[in-house]
Amino acid sequence: MSAGAPRGLASSGQKPIGEILHPLCLPSVYQLFVGLCGHTGLTLCPSQEAVLTNGTPVETSSPASASSLFNRLQLDDDLEADGRDPYASTEAHDLFVTVDDPKKHVSTMETYITYRVSTKTTRIEFDLPEYCVRRRYQDFDWLRIKLEDSQPTHLIPPLPEKFVMKGVVDRFSEDFVETRMKALDKFLKRVADHPVLSFNPHLNAFLSAKDLNKRQGLALLTKVGESVKHVAGGYKLKVRPAEFCAMGEYLDTFSQKLGTIDRIAQRILFLQSEYLTEVREYSSVYSSWAGSEEELQRPLEGVSCTVSKSCQALEDLSENMGQDFLPVLREYVLYVESMKNVLRKRDQSQAEYEGRLEAAVLRRQEDKSPVEKCQDRVECFNADLKADWERWQSNKRQDFKQLLTGVADKNIHYFETCQAAWESFITVLQDKQTEDRTGETN
Amino acid sequence: MGRREPSRGGASAPAQLTADQQRKREVKMMADSDSADVALIGNTDLTSSESENNIVNTMVEKGTALLRKIEINVPEAEKRTGKNTVNMQETYTAYLIETRPAESLPEGSVPATPDSLWRRYSEFELLRMYLLVTYPYIIIPPLPEKRAEFVWHKLSADNLDPDFVERRRVGLENFLLRVASHPVLSTDKIFYRFLTEEKKWKDEVLETGFQDKADSRLKSLSAMYRVKNPDKKFTALKLYSDELSAAISQLLRVRARVADRLYGVYKVHGNYGRVFSEWSAIEKEMGDGLQSAGHHMDTYAASIDDILEEEEHYADQLKEYLFYTDAVRSVCRKHELIQYELETAAQDLVSKKQQKEELTTGTVRIFSLKGMTSKIFGQESQEQRESRLAALEQSIQEGEEALKEKNKECQEFLQTAWEDIERFKEQKDRDLRDALINYAIMQITMCKKGIQVWSNAKECFNKM
Repeated sequence: MSAGAPRGLASSGQKPIGEILHPLCLPSVYQLFVGLCGHTGLTLCPSQEAVLTNGTPVETSSPASASSLFNRLQLDDDLEADGRDPYASTEAHDLFVTVDDPKKHVSTMETYITYRVSTKTTRIEFDLPEYCVRRRYQDFDWLRIKLEDSQPTHLIPPLPEKFVMKGVVDRFSEDFVETRMKALDKFLKRVADHPVLSFNPHLNAFLSAKDLNKRQGLALLTKVGESVKHVAGGYKLKVRPAEFCAMGEYLDTFSQKLGTIDRIAQRILFLQSEYLTEVREYSSVYSSWAGSEEELQRPLEGVSCTVSKSCQALEDLSENMGQDFLPVLREYVLYVESMKNVLRKRDQSQAEYEGRLEAAVLRRQEDKSPVEKCQDRVECFNADLKADWERWQSNKRQDFKQLLTGVADKNIHYFETCQAAWESFITVLQDKQTEDRTGETN
Repeated sequence: MGRREPSRGGASAPAQLTADQQRKREVKMMADSDSADVALIGNTDLTSSESENNIVNTMVEKGTALLRKIEINVPEAEKRTGKNTVNMQETYTAYLIETRPAESLPEGSVPATPDSLWRRYSEFELLRMYLLVTYPYIIIPPLPEKRAEFVWHKLSADNLDPDFVERRRVGLENFLLRVASHPVLSTDKIFYRFLTEEKKWKDEVLETGFQDKADSRLKSLSAMYRVKNPDKKFTALKLYSDELSAAISQLLRVRARVADRLYGVYKVHGNYGRVFSEWSAIEKEMGDGLQSAGHHMDTYAASIDDILEEEEHYADQLKEYLFYTDAVRSVCRKHELIQYELETAAQDLVSKKQQKEELTTGTVRIFSLKGMTSKIFGQESQEQRESRLAALEQSIQEGEEALKEKNKECQEFLQTAWEDIERFKEQKDRDLRDALINYAIMQITMCKKGIQVWSNAKECFNKM
């Protein structure tokens, strides 16, 4: 069982590690930006060797470690290109990933779903041009945690929630699995399209390793460590730069609007399902009336039939909304959370820098290096965040354009289907009438 | 029916008319004269301009007696306040009825100005009651509902609500046109007076004494009577009208719920309008597209009002037939009553004949009081018997006459009623079929509106 160990079991044993506080996370951040080793996140965790089972030593001259300045330049180019043609994604795509083909696994311990993760790439970091592995939700979760861990200055795309709709939904139902699969696909594509994240060795391992031999417990621990780290910072931010304030405000309003749209959409779905119930009865009333008529039988049956055709069309519409529209809204709600998280981390690093600077000035320390390190970090944070922000904005614009256009299209299609049904009803009736007339004259 | 000319120019506008209404009426008159001119050219189809004016779209049979001679309109309704019989203040709605000769006029003569008068709903009710009693073998067209029924929640059930009054106005006009186009009812004198005599009509209709008839009939109707040999045709008709009534009322109930839900679905889309507009405030490139898409969502939400208002008209058409089922059942009941009277007469005769037989043969077949008295007090004298026999003979003869009469009445009723029923069936099939087609057209219009709005919205989204 490759990734089968239930997290709860694995984690329980390793919980009481005391030094989560500082070394696990913070140093990795320094070193990453100092540029000593792009892979510090791995080297610091003794467990990490096990992660890359294909044995690639953590050779990391990858652009993931490239200076953030470079990233920024690259991104600026992208943005310009975006302006020219919003449809074309302009990054050189050399990593293609797809998540599909969900499969249910039943073992004595647990039942779970795995998804096929297919990769096609020309990147030299990969040994082969193509990979095909099976991963489960936990593995995606692991990947995300690792990404967040090793690339704390970047916006990591969100995963679908572990349980959508508070466990009301059957985890193994087709709809749930389908929706989750789409969300996982979206997540992985977003990571693979990212100029920095896509070079992360954890992603490499995730995509290519036959067995993703990860340490569940540590994955959890890093998560815990993260939150502890925030508390442990202990520095208070004085003034947040205006641009980041604006981002924060934007995110607040945006997530609020998303919430409203989500509620409206759900309300509409609910009302539509109630409407459907009534319309179905409406249709059957017509057909039962037809039973007691002679001349009117055909027209009445025609109406009944047409009404039920529009029912079908509405059902399709509702299903589409439920499966395509709502999940994207939810993804963006989570995306906003990720974004806020990064924003918080940035604030924290700025606070730390300010705090250390103050302390250094007070103590008139000669050695400026820790403070400088902090300053570098803040600058990296700012640069990465701004780049990711621009990226995210442009993605968001395209996503919502596509999403809303899709909604409009589906509604148009619904009305067109209904219209066609009613028109054919009239045509049939009129044909019948002329038929009758000619029958009479003959 | 002799040609009755409506009294021209005699009916001056009621005192209550305001100057504005007077003007409106004049405009209406002008319009009507225009259409009359058109109608004059195509002399054969005089009712066409009239039925075009008629929003109801109900198929009024063309070329029938009264409608050939006059045109009938109910162009407006007015709220009034007055004292009722017990001197209490009350508010009611009066409806203006306009009639105008529609026959061809000599060259050069000015088309007649319409006569007009005001009637209340209760007067329509009185007219219908009169028709119902006077023509028991005819399916009397129903009046529009007294109170709004089967409406979806948004519509007010208030009798003075403008929408309700308007729908009732249309319904009352439709009622008059139905009566005026009926081959029998249209020739009724009282109906004609209803259209032309504002004040005297009420006395005239009461003078006919129809109420006494109605009362006695109603009494017998309410009594439980059992007809031994019901007519199969009528039994089937009664069954059918029950089914139709059940089907339509069920349909109307469900339709009201469907309308309710649809209203909700559309209105909630209006919330997108608000949230898109709010969202657009924080967006740069997307802002404009979102904002205008929001407007389209507002339009979408607002469009449901017109859609459902129009659909209410379809409901009214169905309601007319729901109320028609009552008229059909009333004809059935009256047939049952006549049948019952016939059967009673027949039974009466049989028993009389039996008595005669007893008297002549002297046998008492069944135990009776008479048999008992004869046993106790001894036989009657020959003379007494003779005279009793003669009286019985007389009574039998009368009974036979009565039976014959009843038989004839029953036959006649059957024939005339069935004629009208056949007419009604045709009318119903045609009307409802057209109503269904109109409903389909309405649905298509709604779909087109939907396509339009969403296409506009899509364009906006595309610009984002």
